[in-house]
Amino acid sequence: MEFFKIGRDIPFMRHAKVFNAISLITFVLAVFFLFTRGLHLSIEFTGGTLMEVSYSQSADLGKVRSTVASLGYTDVQVQNFGTARDVMIRLPAQKGVSTTQQSEQVMQTLRASDASVTLRRTEFVGPQIGDELAADGLKALAMVVVGIMIYLAFRFEWKFAVSAIIANLHDVVIILGFFAFFQWEFSLAVLAAVLAVLGYSVNESVVIFDRIRENFRRYRKMNTVQIIDNAITSTISRTIITHGSTQIMVLSMLLFGGPTLFYFALALTIGICFGIYSSVFVAAAVAMWLGLEREDLIKPTSRKDGQDPNDPNAGAVV
Amino acid sequence: MNRYPIWKYLVLAVTLVIAALYTLPNFFGEAPAVQVSSLKAMTKVDESTVGRVEEALKNAGVKAEEVVLDGNSVRARFDTPDNQLRAKDALQKALIPDPSNPTFIVALNLVSRSPTWLRSVHAMPMYLGLDLRGGVHFMLQVDMQAALTKRADSLAGDLRLALREKSLRYEDLVRDGNSVQMRLPDQATANAVERLLQEQFADLQARTSADGAKIRLVASIRPEALRKVQDQALKQNITTLHNRINELGVSEPVIQQQGIDRIVVQLPGVQDTAKAKDILGRTATLEMRLVDESAEARAAEIGGGLVPFNSERFIDREGRPIILKKRVELTGESLTDAQPGFDSQTQQPKVDLTVDAKGGRIMRDVSRENLKKRMAIVLFEKGKGEVLTAPVIQGELGNRFQISGSMSTVEANDLALLLRAGSLAAPMDIIEERTIGPSLGAENIAKGFNSVTWGFVAIVIFMAAYYMLFGLISGLALAVNLLLLVAVLSMLQATLTLPGMAAMALALGMAIDSNVLINERVREELRNGAAPQAAIHAGYERAWATILDSNITTLIAGLALLIFGSGPVRGFAVVHCIGIVTSMFSAVFFSRGLVNLWYGRQKKLKSVSIGTVWRPGASTKP
Repeated sequence: MEFFKIGRDIPFMRHAKVFNAISLITFVLAVFFLFTRGLHLSIEFTGGTLMEVSYSQSADLGKVRSTVASLGYTDVQVQNFGTARDVMIRLPAQKGVSTTQQSEQVMQTLRASDASVTLRRTEFVGPQIGDELAADGLKALAMVVVGIMIYLAFRFEWKFAVSAIIANLHDVVIILGFFAFFQWEFSLAVLAAVLAVLGYSVNESVVIFDRIRENFRRYRKMNTVQIIDNAITSTISRTIITHGSTQIMVLSMLLFGGPTLFYFALALTIGICFGIYSSVFVAAAVAMWLGLEREDLIKPTSRKDGQDPNDPNAGAVV
Repeated sequence: MNRYPIWKYLVLAVTLVIAALYTLPNFFGEAPAVQVSSLKAMTKVDESTVGRVEEALKNAGVKAEEVVLDGNSVRARFDTPDNQLRAKDALQKALIPDPSNPTFIVALNLVSRSPTWLRSVHAMPMYLGLDLRGGVHFMLQVDMQAALTKRADSLAGDLRLALREKSLRYEDLVRDGNSVQMRLPDQATANAVERLLQEQFADLQARTSADGAKIRLVASIRPEALRKVQDQALKQNITTLHNRINELGVSEPVIQQQGIDRIVVQLPGVQDTAKAKDILGRTATLEMRLVDESAEARAAEIGGGLVPFNSERFIDREGRPIILKKRVELTGESLTDAQPGFDSQTQQPKVDLTVDAKGGRIMRDVSRENLKKRMAIVLFEKGKGEVLTAPVIQGELGNRFQISGSMSTVEANDLALLLRAGSLAAPMDIIEERTIGPSLGAENIAKGFNSVTWGFVAIVIFMAAYYMLFGLISGLALAVNLLLLVAVLSMLQATLTLPGMAAMALALGMAIDSNVLINERVREELRNGAAPQAAIHAGYERAWATILDSNITTLIAGLALLIFGSGPVRGFAVVHCIGIVTSMFSAVFFSRGLVNLWYGRQKKLKSVSIGTVWRPGASTKP
């Protein structure tokens, strides 16, 4: 089997402006939704109480809502969780109220109206924890970005580092934009997925950069645009197949992982799709516009020794 | 060129055998068990306890699969949960004749069914997290400011006492934040006080300044002493929590310090959160204060008039108001023991109290000065004080004294318990709580397991179809990766959670990347006209640099999560990071080994089974 029977190099860079315009529009939309709608943060970040209860028959959400509201809680969220029999109740954090007793109080009231209800899970998070988690999340993101940039700058060249980070941060923002637009719940697990996908899709850019460097050494007569086109074309089958394989796994989580892993898998799915797009269409183009040249990657020291500049091994000397 | 020396194959074989050995215990599953451990330091659990357990089980007619001594506890394994429950009842009756004074904890537990020889090489199954086995998780925050304030208060009291003993004159001695302030009449007194502080109060550092004609002295707690107070408060709270949780009879509780002021408590298998919270939340501190018996205080007590300055209004256990002086004579810290008993002369129930040396000195002075006056013991819970008892001081007291009179036996028992339990150094608040039902835990295991299995199967099928033999080898490498991952997690005795299982699935999905890279590279070499052996060689060699680069960037993300993540994210990050490392071993080293084994010996290799190697009709390469 071979999916990619590509005869000549695809002129990706000729259309770079179009691709980057698409990126930019998606990015701006994502930022727009992030600001207008905001993220629907899970109680891990906001603080509050979360209860998952299970009924023997399909649950009447309206009744559950009114029962909980009768206890005097405002802004209660009641929704199905996984199946029609499982209900998730979210109570906001209330200052000054002994939150630890909340879940029992609610359970007693629910049991009074329908004895078949069982408590499957409760989670209470104090408001002080939420702020810390948000701060830690941002710190983790910063460490990932800085760490990857340092590594890439050290391993390749700063232009690659900058373009890889631009390309992949744009993925992160787009994932967040999706979560803001659809108001999907943004939990710690989703944050973990976002960071994992950031590290993962940088891979993609790394593979292409690797090939660009190799091409600079191998094909001395090509110009930068041709080199980049050739690098992307020759790695595209690998890009699609490995992302496809990872996506198979993520799809399996999406289907079998249940509601707990659903948004985690969803964030990964979006991240993987946009990861392909940004590494193929965005990262190399940004590097090109930053003025990437052969000399950036192949140090000209070897030429001083009077070696043939067309020697294919010349670049191997670092 | 595609041959491994023998030692490389040996390394591979040994690694696989060890990995298989340590993965094995996870397949045996868990059996219901009853765990007997000691509640008191005096009762030791040893071989004789094993004998008692065996005998009690025989008498009750419950057959145990195995009874073993494991560290400080005896564990009996059963075939069904029914037998487990019956055994628990039988053991409780046999080992704890007096339920009001238990010496053992009999708790339900789960133990691995893996055979003894596996356990003897420390091959143990992964520890399942609460989200997979059910239970409760609490995070408690210790109110450190309260501990510091208390320390400063008691230092202020001690200082006052010492100044009086030395007949040094002072005015307006008050606590302000973490320091004690006073005004002194002249320089000579100030010098004397500073000397006194140096000699007797190592925790305080003094600073003097002129205040009109007088001298102002601020004695603040040294930073290292502050840290010590916090450290001790946390340790004492952890100890108290241990004792309280023992009351619950939980088999493997986790009580850990987290950060400088937090304690994590995990109680696997516990479903009754109400009781657990009640016992944990009994955050109490004790204080002994004198009852204000002035006329104004009396009036305030009866009619609700103004409470005199330097006094406070409290209520006692019957709800009656009582006015106490603000000054704290003694805190729960000084109290070392409280036991119920009977007065030998009057046969009345009493509570015997023992205080430490400093407390004894204070008690002697206070009781001598306040003979026939009332001394109240106040229990502070959640910042609200309740007067437990306010007996009249009958004589000069010392290290040991008793509270007696107008008490029933039950009340005496209660009071002793309250006094003992009140020795939390600082109040705590539950700031995070998670409860997971046991059925949900089992479901989560199934969900995580299904995700990994189906994803794995789908990837292997795809790889085999697309890359033929090389795809199959990649699939095998992926299986080895899973094996190694589980083995390392089992060796580390890491806690497996649902996010951890998700990370496992993701690690497999990402690990296949390396094999795709290699296979694509080999195909490309073939496409460019390389001989099969050379293509395999070049494919592995050239892909390696790329694999290393891409794994390192992923590892950076994993480490960031590990460092800044907490709770569920940590579990994810641990598996993620280990998965990346094991994938490098399996995808490169192991798969190359298989390829070498298959193709390496064929000198005249004509073709390799790696699927279609498509060549463009006309060369377009420059």
